[in-house]
Amino acid sequence: MDFLTIVQILDSTVRLATPLLLACLAGLWSERAGIFDIGLEGKMLAAAFFSAAIAFTTGSVWLGLFAGIVASVFLSGLHGVASITFRGNQLISGVAINFLAAGLTVVIAQTWFQQGGRTPQLATESRFGNIVLPGAETRIRDIAQQGPLGQVYSELISGHSILVYVALLMVPLTWFLLYRTRFGLRLRAVGENPAAVDTAGVSVVGLRYAAVVICGVLCGLAGAYLATALNAGFVKDMSAGRGFIALAALIFAKWRPWYALSACLLFGLFDAIGNRYQNIQLGEFIVPVQFMQALPYILVVIVLAGLVGKAIPPRAGGEPYVKER
Amino acid sequence: MSMMKTLMGAAAALALTATGALADGPAVIFDLGGKFDRSFNESAFNGAQRWAEETGGTFREIELQSDAQREQAMRRLAEAGANPIVMAGFLQETPLSVVAPDYPDTTFVIIDAVVDAPNVRSVIFAEHEGSYLVGMLAAMASETGTVGFVGGMDVPLISAFGCGYAQGVVAVNPEATVIANMTGTTPAAWNDPVRGGELTRGQIARGADVVYAAAGGTGLGVLQVAADEGILSIGVDSNQNYLHPGSVLTSMLKRVDVAVYDAFLAGPDVETGVHVFGLEEEGVGYALDEFNAELITAEMQEAVDAARAAIIAGELMVHDYRTDGTCPVQMQ
Repeated sequence: MDFLTIVQILDSTVRLATPLLLACLAGLWSERAGIFDIGLEGKMLAAAFFSAAIAFTTGSVWLGLFAGIVASVFLSGLHGVASITFRGNQLISGVAINFLAAGLTVVIAQTWFQQGGRTPQLATESRFGNIVLPGAETRIRDIAQQGPLGQVYSELISGHSILVYVALLMVPLTWFLLYRTRFGLRLRAVGENPAAVDTAGVSVVGLRYAAVVICGVLCGLAGAYLATALNAGFVKDMSAGRGFIALAALIFAKWRPWYALSACLLFGLFDAIGNRYQNIQLGEFIVPVQFMQALPYILVVIVLAGLVGKAIPPRAGGEPYVKER
Repeated sequence: MSMMKTLMGAAAALALTATGALADGPAVIFDLGGKFDRSFNESAFNGAQRWAEETGGTFREIELQSDAQREQAMRRLAEAGANPIVMAGFLQETPLSVVAPDYPDTTFVIIDAVVDAPNVRSVIFAEHEGSYLVGMLAAMASETGTVGFVGGMDVPLISAFGCGYAQGVVAVNPEATVIANMTGTTPAAWNDPVRGGELTRGQIARGADVVYAAAGGTGLGVLQVAADEGILSIGVDSNQNYLHPGSVLTSMLKRVDVAVYDAFLAGPDVETGVHVFGLEEEGVGYALDEFNAELITAEMQEAVDAARAAIIAGELMVHDYRTDGTCPVQMQ
């Protein structure tokens, strides 16, 4: 295994970890405010579809991104109304959103485009292209000619879609907002002890809705990334369980932004290795490809079975807030 | 209550007319990649569509959503009186062998698999021969001497594509390296363009400058990445040259459309038994049109056509992976 191979696996890791990271941060915002959200998957899927559909019809990827975010925020709002205003069960509402998105996207796609539940393939102009930093090579064959530093710069640092950089920026931003601002303190308090926040005269409902909307925006970015950057168009069920992996990463990360980044990168790394090495030969013994592809999921089980130590969720998570009378 | 009755009555009447109007026509069942996968299933659809346009007839169709629906779909069409029922895809083999004996008066046509029953017509293609030809083209177009292959689901059929391709490559350039990857081991591997793209990037990194995708919808991701990275790709089943003009070297044509069209045209009396569509029957081949005319030189065409003639004449034998599960060419 030469140096370039390692750089390429890391490059692939970043690409594959980005949707996970965005969804994971979305879940973090929502759950920190006490709203459990297993509807990340559904929101990503809806955003993926609408971003691709609008990017195709208007030809503008930015309008597509906007449409994806709107769709995702709409579903988030639905979850908010069900679980905050009407105090419904948050898990059931999340499941409902997953089903709704899985079914609706295909039905609408079929009605609009008649291509069997997918959007037409996007042209290069209506996708997020890769940003090439100054002095970086773009093609793998040119990159192979460079020195180690150049390879890291051209392959790993340059040449990603803008959403990848946005996702990475979201980590410090989330950390700052949650831990260094008054809004963040209150938001975290709402997830731990909403009664105390209410006593202090701050609106619990308002804060929870704010968290849910932020969650929707981040899921929208994740979905748009899948359909307009990683792929060229929407296909049925294209989120492929990433929303659930993101939830696992969230628990792995103990609901903390920087840990979330490392957890998502780890899951991305295993995915990338599984793609690259289909059969790994260890001496006489060959690790089969099925094992490599199952690795991210095996990892989820092992990690959640106790390797992370005790992951304590926000104390008021999953419980609708009722004012005492 | 009466409202409910009216509604139910209307629904029942609708259901009756729907089956009545369409009974006795032919039907086609598409596999999991979806009707518009721009590849295998779309080719089947095009054949059915051509028949409908030429004869003015109508046909029924079912697009499968999951493995569990296969048997149900066949039974539903058979009960509704559709005849013949054409199904695309080797995954239909097991359910069909269960269903076919139950409907002795219905003729079934299965593409890509063999079911031994008196009322089944099995159509198989000599994919290894077509792949051999595109393998030759790949080796002639390659500058690095390394070419790639991305398969869909890891099954003998797809290995036959890869093995024929590798033989064609080595026939032109004995020193060439063939890198082969499979997308997955479940039917989801037909519809995973992200993974297809990642596999292609990995192959390019290892020096491949022509990549052949035999992976249904996953192949779209392969062709996309090949176009982005400025290398050549080879499409499969349908003619995919138009997807990325100038980047798709050629497509390995598998005339599923002809198989469907023939079956529809012959109607319920279509001849049963095993039918092999090879180079001679023009069941497989390579695509040449205005989108890749500049990529295929006259010499390349000459060499490939000579090989084609030799295979048809029986002078050149392309090994079929499916006969013994091995490939004479080592792939990486």
